[in-house]
Order: sequence, then C-alpha cells, then structure tokens
Amino acid sequence: MKKTTTLATASLLTSGLVGLSWSASLLANDDFITLASTTSTENSGLFDAIIPTFTDATGIDVRVVAVGTGQAFEIARRGDADSLLVHDTAGEEQFVADGYASERLDVMYNDFVIVGPSDDPADISSSANVAEAFARIAESESPFASRGDDSGTNRAELRLWEDAEVTPQGEWYRELGSGMGPTLNTAAGMNAYTFTDRATWVAFENPQDLTLLFEGDDALFNQYGTLLLSEQRHPHLKHDLAAQWHQWLVSEEGQQAIADFTVNGQQLFFPNAQSSSNTQ
Amino acid sequence: MSPSENPFYTAFALILGMDQGLIDIVTLSLQVSLLAVLLASALALPLGAALALWRFPGRNALIVLLNALMGLPPVVAGLCVYLLLSRAGPLGQFGLLFTPTAMVIAQVILVFPIIAALTRQQVETLHNEYAEQLRSLGLKQLRMMPTLLWDARFGLLTVILAGFGRASAEVGAVMIVGGNIDGVTRVMTTSIVLETSKGNLPLALGLGIVLLSLVTLINALAHTVSETAKRRLG
Repeated sequence: MKKTTTLATASLLTSGLVGLSWSASLLANDDFITLASTTSTENSGLFDAIIPTFTDATGIDVRVVAVGTGQAFEIARRGDADSLLVHDTAGEEQFVADGYASERLDVMYNDFVIVGPSDDPADISSSANVAEAFARIAESESPFASRGDDSGTNRAELRLWEDAEVTPQGEWYRELGSGMGPTLNTAAGMNAYTFTDRATWVAFENPQDLTLLFEGDDALFNQYGTLLLSEQRHPHLKHDLAAQWHQWLVSEEGQQAIADFTVNGQQLFFPNAQSSSNTQ
Repeated sequence: MSPSENPFYTAFALILGMDQGLIDIVTLSLQVSLLAVLLASALALPLGAALALWRFPGRNALIVLLNALMGLPPVVAGLCVYLLLSRAGPLGQFGLLFTPTAMVIAQVILVFPIIAALTRQQVETLHNEYAEQLRSLGLKQLRMMPTLLWDARFGLLTVILAGFGRASAEVGAVMIVGGNIDGVTRVMTTSIVLETSKGNLPLALGLGIVLLSLVTLINALAHTVSETAKRRLG
C-alpha cells in the first residue's frame, strides 16, 4: 500500500508542476489577440514576418488561427476570435451587412495563378484570358484539383468557372475538400491542374512536375481585407487591442512591413490600403 | 537525395540542434498528452474496475458503449469540445478555446474510453480468477477494487500506455480546439500537418521521427520501471 501512496503523490506532484508551469507561461503574456485568418497568409510566412514588428510597436501579441476563409468567418461569427483577416471581399461585405463586423478595410492583394503539369496538355499557357484557360481544361478533360472547401480561393475558382460558362463536373474535376497546401500536394501527386494563390505556390516546396502556367489576368486579382468585429454582438472580445491591429495593418508602418516581406527574393503581398499613401 | 531532403538527416539535425521552438513544441506535446492521460486514468481506472465488479441493469450497454467509444474519431471529439467551449457554446464564458486546456479536455475524452474499457477487461479477468478467495475473505466490492487494481498494475500500465499512444498520436482534435497557434497551441502532430501542407515533406517526416523517438523513449522508461518492480517483488 505504501507504494500506491508514493505513486499517487508522485503523479499529483507531476500534475501540479505541469499545471504551474503552464499558468505561469499563460500569465506572462496577457496582451494578445486571437486572429482568425487564412492558410495562405500563414503558410507563406507573412505573419512570422510582420507580427514581430507590430508586437514591438504595441506590446500586443497576435495569435493566428489559420483556417479556410469559410471556417474563419464561422470562428468570428461565434465570437471565438478578436480579429479577422481574410480574402473574400463579397463575403466580407456581407459579414459587415449582417452586423458581425463594424468596419472592413482593404489591406493588400496578391493574385491567383493556375499551375499544372509542365507539358500543359490543355495548352492553357497560350490562352488569352483566364476564362479561356478554364474552358480549355474542361474541354480537354484534363485532371483538375479543386479545393472544394468553401475557402476564399475555392469561391474565387467557382466564380471563374461561371465566367468560363463551364459546369465543372465529371471524372476530371476532383474536389478535394482540403486546404491549399494539401491540395497542391495532391495535385502534384496526380499531376493535375489546380488554382492557387501565388503566395502559397511560391512558398510551396513539393511542386514535383507542377509549374506555373497561367497568370496576369485582372480577374485573378486577390484582395485581402481586415475586419473590425462588432462590439455589440460580442462585447467580451478584446476590441481595443484588435482595433490597434486593424489600424496598424493599414498604417504606413504596417503597409511597409507587408511590402518588405519576400520569399526567395519575390514580394508576395502588395499593400493597397486606401488610408495610407502609396507604398509600392 | 541531398542531406536536406533526407528525413532521417533532418530528424537528427532537429534533435542535435535543440532549437528553442522545437523544444517548446515537444514540451507542450508532452504536457498536454501526459496531463490528459493522468486525468483520464484518475477517472477511468476506478470506473473500469467498478464496471468489472458490480452487476446492475444497463451494465452490458455501458460496456458496449465504452468499447465503441474507443473508436471515437478524434475530429468528432474535437468538434464536440469546440462547440462546448466556443463563446457561443455552453462553456463559452471561460474563454478556453484555442488554449492548451482545451486540448487536454479533448484528449481526455479520447483517452478515457480506452483506459476504462481495457481496465474493465483486465480487472474482470483477475476477479474471475480470485473470486472465490476474495469472497472467502468476506470482502465487499468496494474493498476488492483497490486490491484488484493493484494486482493488475502491470497490465494496467500497458493500458495507460495505449491511452498515451492515442493522445500523443492524434491530430484531429487538438487541431480544431487548439488552432495550431505558433508558440501557444502548436504541438508535434499539428506541426507535422502544417509542414506537410507547406510541401516541406522532409521536415514533416523529420518531426515525425522525433515524435516517434520520444514516444519510444517513454515506453522504454515505463517498461524498465515495471520490469524492475516485477523483479523486486519476485
């Protein structure tokens, strides 16, 4: 019986220590906000580059939960994040109209591109515009990997199929229901075309035979916006701290930090907040 | 294959490099999973033993339910805890979502049925063996419980290790309720998912090798302790 007591004491002690070290580390940085954002901004390394600058200036840490835009809206709608940075302008405006956010501001943009097998079986690289590129993929029934997850990228892709007057269905059109990274991994594995934001593509390290085949159409513009969440709907959120982040993103300093972020020497996000002077 | 593309080389470099970020991630993984297993064991060992010793209506249904819950998909457990802890949920006012505490809660739910169901099995087998003897001593079930649990301790260690394996290996639950926040709720498994989605496969596999080594180390430790104890006790 003595051994049981020793064992019980030991486990109690351990759990106590674990608990203690934990609460200590949590108390250490109380000034933080939770930001719901997209995988493209997190996976490309943008937040790792700009958040330290913001934290140095304000003492506020930003904890990023990176999910698809659809899920990010849901997290904010339920009051589980203090701030929101996504890329679905129509959805963001609806979010404001529905009363979940009080203000939406443009922060930056990048663009979508189409990547695919290097031999380009659908010959999209010679298309005049993105609608034609999509139409050629459908016509040749070349394998196409779609996010299929109601993300900002997925919503943009579906709008482009509409523009191309194609209903994407059939053996060749594969809805993966995954984030951008997993979709690129799968597309690389089955050597399929896919639609991606440039930032994730440039930072992606497993392209195999995939290569960038189509870019540069105005329809591929990808705008990111920051949303100030509604104080009325979720009074418990850290609105003061979140407002500082919201304002910093569109400030000259924040816009410069975004412009300074590069991967392999390539700028991935282009600041375009209205309130600041043109920093490009 | 160049050194940087070799996952074993990457794992080796990760371990030797003792990068602070990696140490934090490993520490958090261990804290969360060990605490979850500890809490789950504290609840599940007595419950499992009680299920083995008492006869009551609905007992078989409860056993079937526990056995079935051993197969609870982590992502479902995560989703339930998410809805529970979300600000819009019943326990929302505590603000526990996207914290390590939320991850512990989710893992307790995953580990509890495994430990309870397997404990029930172990104790019942032992009880069947010693039923006569225990009854001749005039012991009631409540008094038998600690005795049987103590007698089954070596088997139960394996049960607890199975629970730990489940906790340290799962990713679906901690991803949803923790949010994979850098420096706050990022653990080994969610890091592996993140690196895979970045296409950084050697680093992802390297982290996997580190995790596996760690789990092996803990199992070796538990095995050594139990073997030593067995020898001491003859």
